[in-house]
Amino acid sequence: MSFERPNLTRIGSALRRTVLTGATALAALSVAAHGSMAADVNTTGLAVTDDTVTVGILHSITGTMAISETGSVQAEKLAIDQINAMGGVLGRKIEFIQEDGASDWPTFAEKAKKLLVNDKVAAVFGCWTSASRKAVLPVFEQYNGMLYYPTFYEGLEESPNVIYTGQEATQQIIAGIDWVVREKGAKTFYLLGSDYIWPRTSNKIARKHIEKLGLKVVGEEYYPLGHTQFNSVINKIKLKKPDVIYAIVVGGSNVAFYKQLKAAGIDMTKEKPLLLTISVTEDEIRGIGGENIEGAYAAMKYFQSLDNDNNAGFVKAFKDMWGQDIVIGDVTQAAYLGPWLWKAAVEKAGSFDIDKVREASPGIELTTAPEGYVRIHENHHLWSKTRIGRAGADGQYELVYETKDLMEPDPFPEGYQ
Amino acid sequence: MFDGYTLSELGSILAMQGFAGLILFSVFVLMALGLAIIFGQMGVINMAHGEFMILGAYVTYLCSHIFQNYLPGLFSIYFFVAMALAFCASGALGMLCEWALIRHLYKRPLDTLLATWGLSLILQQAYRTIFGAREVGVSLPDWMMGSVPLTDLIEIPINGLFVMALTLIITAAVGAMMYRSGWGKQVRAVMQNRVMAGAVGINTERTDRLTFGIGCGVAGIAGAAFTMIGSTGPTAGQLYIVDTFLVVVFGGAASLLGTIASAFSISQAQSAMEFFLSGSMAKVLTLLTVVGILMLRPQGLFTLKVRK
Amino acid sequence: MRTGSSFLTRTELVYFAILAAVIFVVFPASMDIFRLNLFGKYLTYAFVAVGLVLCWGYGGILSLGQGVFFGLGGYCMAMFLKLEASTPEATAIQSTPGIPDFMDWNQLTALPTWWEPFHSFPFTLIAVIAVPVFFAFVIGLAMFKRRVGGVYFAIITQAIAAILTILIIGQQGYTGGVNGITDLRTLLGWDIRTDSAKYILYFVNGGLLMLCLLAAQFVRRSKLGRILVAMRDQEDRVRFSGYDVANFKIFVFCLGAAMAAVGGAMFTLQVGFMSPSFVGIVPSIEMVIFCAVGGRLSILGAVYGTLLVNWAKTTFSEMFPELWLFAMGALFIGVVLAFPNGLAGLYNSYVAPYVKRLISARGAGRRMAPAE
Repeated sequence: MSFERPNLTRIGSALRRTVLTGATALAALSVAAHGSMAADVNTTGLAVTDDTVTVGILHSITGTMAISETGSVQAEKLAIDQINAMGGVLGRKIEFIQEDGASDWPTFAEKAKKLLVNDKVAAVFGCWTSASRKAVLPVFEQYNGMLYYPTFYEGLEESPNVIYTGQEATQQIIAGIDWVVREKGAKTFYLLGSDYIWPRTSNKIARKHIEKLGLKVVGEEYYPLGHTQFNSVINKIKLKKPDVIYAIVVGGSNVAFYKQLKAAGIDMTKEKPLLLTISVTEDEIRGIGGENIEGAYAAMKYFQSLDNDNNAGFVKAFKDMWGQDIVIGDVTQAAYLGPWLWKAAVEKAGSFDIDKVREASPGIELTTAPEGYVRIHENHHLWSKTRIGRAGADGQYELVYETKDLMEPDPFPEGYQ
Repeated sequence: MFDGYTLSELGSILAMQGFAGLILFSVFVLMALGLAIIFGQMGVINMAHGEFMILGAYVTYLCSHIFQNYLPGLFSIYFFVAMALAFCASGALGMLCEWALIRHLYKRPLDTLLATWGLSLILQQAYRTIFGAREVGVSLPDWMMGSVPLTDLIEIPINGLFVMALTLIITAAVGAMMYRSGWGKQVRAVMQNRVMAGAVGINTERTDRLTFGIGCGVAGIAGAAFTMIGSTGPTAGQLYIVDTFLVVVFGGAASLLGTIASAFSISQAQSAMEFFLSGSMAKVLTLLTVVGILMLRPQGLFTLKVRK
Repeated sequence: MRTGSSFLTRTELVYFAILAAVIFVVFPASMDIFRLNLFGKYLTYAFVAVGLVLCWGYGGILSLGQGVFFGLGGYCMAMFLKLEASTPEATAIQSTPGIPDFMDWNQLTALPTWWEPFHSFPFTLIAVIAVPVFFAFVIGLAMFKRRVGGVYFAIITQAIAAILTILIIGQQGYTGGVNGITDLRTLLGWDIRTDSAKYILYFVNGGLLMLCLLAAQFVRRSKLGRILVAMRDQEDRVRFSGYDVANFKIFVFCLGAAMAAVGGAMFTLQVGFMSPSFVGIVPSIEMVIFCAVGGRLSILGAVYGTLLVNWAKTTFSEMFPELWLFAMGALFIGVVLAFPNGLAGLYNSYVAPYVKRLISARGAGRRMAPAE
């Protein structure tokens, strides 16, 4: 039957590979200067030659999510550039194939498969929304690829084929709520979000934590993605008079929400109520306008304004590459970590093989990270600090608090499931 | 639902929700007015309507930049200039599209849907190429972002008032043009009977182009106004398209008055339900009600009696 | 050449054979399994496009909500597969093992009752068709009996698509929300993710598509098809001739829905998940465009149109990830303006005459020189 017919392409590529190894064996002496030969560091047929290694970048550059994902693409390209300038990975220059997920989850799955099956990339840096990650996850697990996923997300996942370079929900939420309770004496919370899994799960974690502290949630509300009319919920907030508005609104809705909040006379600089968000990075503020969100607090792991040498170098390099008026948000920085973490793991393993890279990953640390220092946990998430920033009219966050220690990632928190 | 509120608080709730509904109403009317002209009068299913609106928003963005950098003294009134320019830009683009695209399709109304869908893809990508994939922030003069406190609870957002006033003016202007001016008479004549209108000496081609241009221009003004309450990005236009069409169809496509009445009822229903239900469910229920009523009364709320 | 009652003319038989050859021989022989699976995915959209040819091209009913039926069919199949994947062993780390993972994330502690029947495969197979058809029947009954048609119908179906999307996304404990139902592994214990399974599914899909095409051809050739055309062109005259126009419309609309649903179920099987992004407005309009590109009056054209648009989309987006939307937009506008009858129209006016001449010339030649 035709489905059992021998796979011609596979035979073809195997043939090509033997020819290649033959040729490289002849040239072995001259190549020795490069370090290890392709066959040694790549036993599984990835797209690795003696001088290059190919990786994939998979983000939406069209459709509604392009707004958010553009920064991640830029950060990944910057990191790859910098790594290449330093001599590459195991003596090989990184080349990348960029694919467009088009803000459409099945397209993400299709392109992920293309990158893994056709292009045989050694790693993929990509995805932004949880939905796109869930769509590509089975593909990565089936074809054994490696995905570096940059976004802060809801947790409840731990795949051997993904390194999560953003924070999972508990890291972002617990520290933030503890801080408003301790420093601002908050007693009542109004939870608000866009209607999909990340805000819902995050608010669930937040609600459990708030109730554990003996405090009160006075309202919880979700609006469809892309919703632009928030006057009703703003009225409800005014009526319930919570101490804290806990907002996880995303995308274009953000702009509408904050503009309408300000227009309705809720002045966030007065902190009555105080607004705490985990979804608005500097990137989003550009669309919202700094003057409309001034005084809001955000809990995440990175702000562009962080004052350390790593970050100064990163911000400068980023602006030199992509323009001086660009801003960098939490996810952009997390995306920037991806290629560096992968490089470190490959070098520790001495091989590009996915299994070896995976094995080498836990314990990898990065002291050059713009956010300071990160380390990969056994569960493939990062140990990182959580920081609270206060939004200024200039569109930047001013750091007001950071956790003393690194927060341990806990994607399956006890009792929150 | 109402436990723990005093009577005066309840009064305030009512007032505030009513006002929120009025703002929503103005937004709907602004969105739908351009389409009511294009779809209602001309029968063109313009799927790129949202993109024409976003063009207006981008024009506003450019204006805000220019005024900030070169004419900071006049920044507080730049918005009026921006709206005028938005009207011109969207109108001009609309006329261009009518000439290049739509005029070949008047006999095939359903095909205009496909062609304008292609147009909307092209416009989206054009915005993305020119302005970048990220959203742009439109800065507004301070006086437009404040609010007027009436009581402790009730505060009237100025941008809401502004949108309402704008809606009133634009609606009056469009109404006057349609029903009081010679041009309006020509438009209605062409729509009712193209051949006969041509026979009595009306330049139907010019009328079509102008009508389409004005419809798009009104969309541009709406887009400019929406920078006050919404986001400006390449794909923001798509957020409005379903609501807009429903408002127009619900009102009875050929009637401006119907459009206004339907915008009013949909917006009040939605904002009332939003108060008692979660936002998502309110939206679903509103849409369901509208679809349900349309099934019972397919010709819309207000239509001329026609024999079929 | 026989006419009238004949089901397939000789030329049409040749066209069907060519399409079958393309699907069953040319594609599998020329593509690796990745591309073949991709084309299998495109072919699932062709089911919708064929249904649209009947509804829109013949019946004059333009539905902008075919994604609803595609999605419902796909969701029914996905629910069955998800239940099969969520064995208590596979989901042992959850707080409630044995229910789908997304329910557990949303604090559901038991399977909702309306999910229970989807444990049964026969029920699922029936539901794949029955649920969308029932839905289409209700919509059709409400609309056509009240003589809603044309543009109004298009916009109402569009609103229905929007409603269902918001509903699915909002009820994520029951539907998987915006993520959809993901990570589907086996069908009755058979791993659908392996290459051999992909081959089998591709051929099953192709076979079902051919069956759908034959059904569509049957409708076209039958008296029903002629009534549909008459209705599209002069609805009142048909009504005055004593036909109940609404019933015919409801029937063809349900048929289109059933075809879309089969496509959706095959989509789920081949792609391995289902998400609300197929239910919405954008995919529904895209499916109409597939049909328009192929030629709204040609059921075979619809298949080629679907393949062409999707192939173009994939190729453009791989080659010019930043600019491919321009090309797509231009394609749609070009088709509507320059080739209103799509690929089929192009073929009929430019290629078919030559083919006909060629055939008749050869036939004439044969008659002239029988000895050869």
